[in-house]
Amino acid sequence: MNDSLLSLVTFIPTFAALILVIFLRGEDEMAQRNAKRVALTATVITFLVSIFVLAGFDPSDTGFQFVEERDWLMGLKYKLGVDGISILFVMLTTFIMPLVIWASWDVKVRVKEYMIAFLLLETLMLGVFMALDLVLFYLFFEAGLIPMFLIIGIWGGANRIYASFKFFLYTFLGSVLMLVAMIAMFVDAGTTDIPTLMTHQFASGTMKVMGITVIGGMQTLMFLAFFASFAVKMPMWPVHTWLPDAHVQAPTAGSVVLAAILLKMGGYGFLRFSLPMFPIGAEVLTPLVLWMSAIAIVYTSLVALVQEDMKKLIAYSSVAHMGYVTMGIFAANQQGIDGAIFQMISHGFISGALFLCVGVIYDRMHTREIDAYGGLVNRMPAYALIFMFFTMANVGLPGTSGFVGEFLTLMGVFQVNTWVALIATSGVILSAAYALWLYRRVVMGDLIKESLKTISDMTSREKMIFAPLVAMTLILGVYPSLVTDIIGPSVENLISNYDTALAQGASASQTASH
Amino acid sequence: MIQADLNIILPEILLALFAMLALVAVVYTGKDKMAPMLTWLTAGVFAILAVWIGVSGDGDNIAFNGMFHDDAFSRFAKVAMLLAGAAVLVMGADYMKRRNMLRFEYPILVALAMVGMMVMVSAGDLMALYMGLELQSLSLYVVATLRRDGVKSTEAGMKYFLLGALSSGLLLYGSSLVYGFAGTTTFAGIIEAVSHGHAPLGLLFGLTFVISGLAFKVSAVPFHMWTPDVYEGAPTPITAFFATAPKLAAMGLFARVLFDAFGGVIGDWQQIIALLSVLSMFLGAVAAIGQTNIKRLMAYSSIAHMGYALMGLAAGTALGVEAMLVYMAIYVTMNVGTFAFILSMEKDGQPVTDIASLNLYSKQASGRALALLFLLFSLAGVPPFLGFFGKLNVLLAAMDAGLAWLAIAGVVASVIGAFYYLRIVYFMYFGEEGDTLDAPRSMVQQVMLMASAAIMLLGIVNFFGVDTAAQAAAAALMPH
Repeated sequence: MNDSLLSLVTFIPTFAALILVIFLRGEDEMAQRNAKRVALTATVITFLVSIFVLAGFDPSDTGFQFVEERDWLMGLKYKLGVDGISILFVMLTTFIMPLVIWASWDVKVRVKEYMIAFLLLETLMLGVFMALDLVLFYLFFEAGLIPMFLIIGIWGGANRIYASFKFFLYTFLGSVLMLVAMIAMFVDAGTTDIPTLMTHQFASGTMKVMGITVIGGMQTLMFLAFFASFAVKMPMWPVHTWLPDAHVQAPTAGSVVLAAILLKMGGYGFLRFSLPMFPIGAEVLTPLVLWMSAIAIVYTSLVALVQEDMKKLIAYSSVAHMGYVTMGIFAANQQGIDGAIFQMISHGFISGALFLCVGVIYDRMHTREIDAYGGLVNRMPAYALIFMFFTMANVGLPGTSGFVGEFLTLMGVFQVNTWVALIATSGVILSAAYALWLYRRVVMGDLIKESLKTISDMTSREKMIFAPLVAMTLILGVYPSLVTDIIGPSVENLISNYDTALAQGASASQTASH
Repeated sequence: MIQADLNIILPEILLALFAMLALVAVVYTGKDKMAPMLTWLTAGVFAILAVWIGVSGDGDNIAFNGMFHDDAFSRFAKVAMLLAGAAVLVMGADYMKRRNMLRFEYPILVALAMVGMMVMVSAGDLMALYMGLELQSLSLYVVATLRRDGVKSTEAGMKYFLLGALSSGLLLYGSSLVYGFAGTTTFAGIIEAVSHGHAPLGLLFGLTFVISGLAFKVSAVPFHMWTPDVYEGAPTPITAFFATAPKLAAMGLFARVLFDAFGGVIGDWQQIIALLSVLSMFLGAVAAIGQTNIKRLMAYSSIAHMGYALMGLAAGTALGVEAMLVYMAIYVTMNVGTFAFILSMEKDGQPVTDIASLNLYSKQASGRALALLFLLFSLAGVPPFLGFFGKLNVLLAAMDAGLAWLAIAGVVASVIGAFYYLRIVYFMYFGEEGDTLDAPRSMVQQVMLMASAAIMLLGIVNFFGVDTAAQAAAAALMPH
């Protein structure tokens, strides 16, 4: 049982999707309700089963656990496993998905296909975090584009076609370069096994490519190829422009999944591939990544200030928060990486909740214009409270999980590059500015607009969807060790390997120069 | 000696005899009335031959003093071609019958073309090569004009014939140069002549012409001009045939010439093939973007796919040939499914080829739309579908041979190419409510579509053993 637990978690949603494909017929009320119920049940079961994974996980063991290995075609392996870095992303995914499905209870158009798309998406996302074979990872990573493309394209807003194509082609272009690098790794190391590759030393001697000197050689080139993929996925400035479009046009549930889980694949990729496999390449490019992150934090926060569309504002704020993550990862010390992972988990809850908040009023008024609202507190006190809570969490108020992530990453990067830390810290103030101003314009003030006079407060279903998110944000905010205890040993191991590899690389180049 | 030779070439002889007997029999009995029956019969013969060759073939047999090779490589290609041919024949029968196009010549000409293709992939001599190629080409020229009263169909046939004749001329000229400088027409003799490190310049000159002629047959850029017009003009079942078996045969012949005859001077032809490959990938990807006719779009798509297959050849290794064969097998399967769909696209009984007619097709027939979605993403090379593994194979071969630039160019082209496949998905799933297509009539087309889509997904479990067979096939082609 233990050796196929991860497959079980991964493929329960697919199984449910198959049931829907085969057995569910018709478009009537009954069929729609059944589709929703099957999807919700499947995602809840997935979550419950994944708890067994978490319960059986031993944080002190820095290797991969629950490893499952089978032969596959072309000498590849079907290999799954989790370690301290990936397990929380798995949990985040299984935790968010039932809420996403439940939040989609009011979908009326092509419900069956909608649920199938989300169920398949869950399988593919879980696969990304568990895969321990390069090609298997790529397969899950890329295949996730297909359901998301359809989700944006079919159930999206007015400009959905443009957004879906941009989303697909942008991320596809980034990923294919990673594919080439993966093949180069396969050719060089003779294996696609991720744990083996993490200890493989790729050539790092300076080389010339088309007349350009590349310090760090192969490692730098491969790092760049992976960077192309993960930076787009993350997304980092300046390749973030697909995200606001995709977020705005996607249906609420699509935005939640995008912000809460899909973006984390980029950060996870950096931790799983870029740092351990190409340490020397990573070190060469660290200053670039740190400055890109700092620019992202300040620039996208400023852009967020002037947005008139609520979803777009939150999308830009996501880019800014992901800036903290890349900054923390490439600080490459315990606080930085702990903070980056923490920030990703916490952003999963907070940004997901914020998109749900927008969804609540969008469902009632069918507009996301900030100007169309104002004074909602008069008619929607419960909503005002919850929106307030997540606005504060987004700002990074101590006591919420948002604070811990930002604080740790800033502390981590301060030890590496004070200037970047200084600039990035100003983002904290800017985030307060755009988030509170948004809140002020939407919720506070008098209720003047005629159209808002009849708006109703949240239903009990909506409240129940928010409850777990509020709980997680608070718990992680006051007791962050819940997360850091699990990720700590693995991160420590990652950093010590990274430092050893750098030291070896330095001594190797020294002997070479003598 | 002759007895043994004839035994080796027995499948080809039997198929040729079948075609000729069928011709006589049909002329004396019912002519076109017999055509449907004959079509199915021919497909059945193809299938039986495929099984026979696949099961009983063994070892490396050479006939007629090296003119004809029966080895794992030719058997792999033959089985794939015969199965593809059988599938295309049965799936087009209904379409042609309802339009009064199903003449008795059709299955007979296809059978003769198949004989030509089987000789092509077995060729061990420039003479055998040319014989096979011309038998195939002449049959196909006639098949392309099967709709005798249609302007587009005759135009397609004429274009195909004229440009085909030109390419045959190039090929013949190249062959004569090769003969002149090597002193022999057998591949074994040619490889002997070039085995001393570098080939004489005249021989390379000849090789270049031979490659040009072959590039025409696989429709690689810059010898692709005929493809879109012929694809569009020919009746759809015939387009489906063009897109599958002949492509495989030409690719197989390409590999034979390059490795059996010029395997000693890989460095000399590698650049040419790599250039053909990169040009095909990019032109196929870019030119298809503006197409509104799905048949023309598939023409450009096939040009791009040939570019990827050529990438495998450009690697110049056993791994590369294996990758090319796997790629072609997957390509043929995808095309059978896609053309099964195109064949069933009709409105009020008339065939339509406009992509926009698929508006919101997913609402009308969700199962078929989903199957086409699988095929399209597979064609685009998006995982988890089989098309991705085809690309992975050739990219791996290219990287392994040190052609990193070619691999990078390939993946970039695949992103550009993804756009037009996505456009079809866009019409099917995001489009607006419009006129609807007729419900599909042919059970066979339905089965082919569904089977091919299912293979795209299920094949990723173990390739159905195709990769092992391709490995043996590639090994047969390598110098021992």
